[in-house]
Amino acid sequence: MVVRSWRHIKERYCLIGSRCKTCGRIFFPSRNICPYCRRRGELEEYKLSGRGKVYTYSVVHVPPKEFERMVPYVIAIVELEEGPRITAQIDCKPEEVYIGMPVEVVFRRIKEDGEDGIIHYGYKFKPVNY
Amino acid sequence: MKVGIVGYGSYIPKYRIKVEEIARVWGKDPEPIKKSLMVYEKSVPGPDEDTATISVEAGKNALKRADIDPRDIGALYIGSESHPYAVKPTSTIVAEALGITPDLTCADLEFACKAGTAGIQICMGLVGSGMVKYGMAIGADTAQGAPGDALEYTAAAGGACYIIGSKKKEIIGEINGTYSFTTDTPDFWRREGRPYPKHGGRFTGEPAYFRHVISAAKGLMERMGTTPRDYDYCVFHQPNGKFYIRVAKYLGFKEEQYRDGLLTPYLGNTYSGAVPLGLSNILDRGKEGDRILAVSYGSGAGSDAFDITLTERIEEVKDRAPKTMDLLNRKEYIDYSIYLKYRQGIKM
Ligand SMILES: [Zn+2]
Repeated sequence: MVVRSWRHIKERYCLIGSRCKTCGRIFFPSRNICPYCRRRGELEEYKLSGRGKVYTYSVVHVPPKEFERMVPYVIAIVELEEGPRITAQIDCKPEEVYIGMPVEVVFRRIKEDGEDGIIHYGYKFKPVNY
Repeated sequence: MKVGIVGYGSYIPKYRIKVEEIARVWGKDPEPIKKSLMVYEKSVPGPDEDTATISVEAGKNALKRADIDPRDIGALYIGSESHPYAVKPTSTIVAEALGITPDLTCADLEFACKAGTAGIQICMGLVGSGMVKYGMAIGADTAQGAPGDALEYTAAAGGACYIIGSKKKEIIGEINGTYSFTTDTPDFWRREGRPYPKHGGRFTGEPAYFRHVISAAKGLMERMGTTPRDYDYCVFHQPNGKFYIRVAKYLGFKEEQYRDGLLTPYLGNTYSGAVPLGLSNILDRGKEGDRILAVSYGSGAGSDAFDITLTERIEEVKDRAPKTMDLLNRKEYIDYSIYLKYRQGIKM
């Protein structure tokens, strides 16, 4: 569990995805092979800007145990300005979110493995200019 | 070699609780509390915020203003009393999230409320000696007082980040000098494994806060050959509004010099974040040539004093990231029950 989460630190902390040098497409999470260029593709690390828009969302009232203190909270699919869509929590009240809302990335605690375990950090989003 | 601030950034969580609301729960009259502390409300971290997340947000804002490659930062120090882990550095989390890793040295610092300014001094030494190109120092806390204790009205959350460099054209605030005054004074402490700090009651005033802040301020002015009239702004540690104004007036500063550094009445005491945040509000308003005296205080006890002169570059960078007053004015009030739910690990 600790090792699995450690491998994804760059992705979760810094929104590092990948970019295909051949066709210019950007992927998040990162890929090893470009599905469009296949063998002709060449992938490199790419840092996403963290800006995007709410593509769609849902309000969670009955959460998994570790998210109980957050209820009610907004989970959205965010379309990043570089193209990829990612699922993340939006830090705003349920009545404030709307489709198309401009958002930007923030660094937050995601969950912890109990009182004596690792604290997992990663990305969430907040409304721009708030 | 001249060293100075090349970037700064702040962060304040959006939640606030009023003194009235805390007093209501404990059956106290809020008016005498507000009057004696000069604190009206305080910031509260969200359930997913801690010293690491506050540091990252402040650090991102500092990087926006400095406009440098984070990989050129060779040292990172985070001063806090509320590191998320008892054993495991906060600074590695922050360094990774800001894209500074792996070519750097970093450490977490602790010295009550002055660990953030101690980090600035360490960075000055490392940059000044040429050991690193840039150093980053952050003071941040999510302070907690025991439920019902006087500290509960003021213990708040927030932080600010300073990037120290030596390239003349990048410096926005030249640090003309620094001086510290330190003694062994047990005014405030927390033993290992105990959830809340204890304080020496009345002992926290004269021999602790006032003696150290005044000695550090006077000691620096003596060394710089200055008097309060030479400064456009001053900022002091601010456990509450009253101590701050008393120390400012005692030293001979006027309201127009000390008011912009005072955030505690509507922010609370952000501990290691207090002077870094107060100073950031001054930088947000300052202009070329303005001279600032900043004095922190950490129980235990010690004070770090700094003499800073702003350069013309301040105008160029201040609008690149959110200003401290905008962060302070962005707020959402919560009641005591939500406050308890949000505060990680409040043990009754
Ligand atoms: Zn491709």
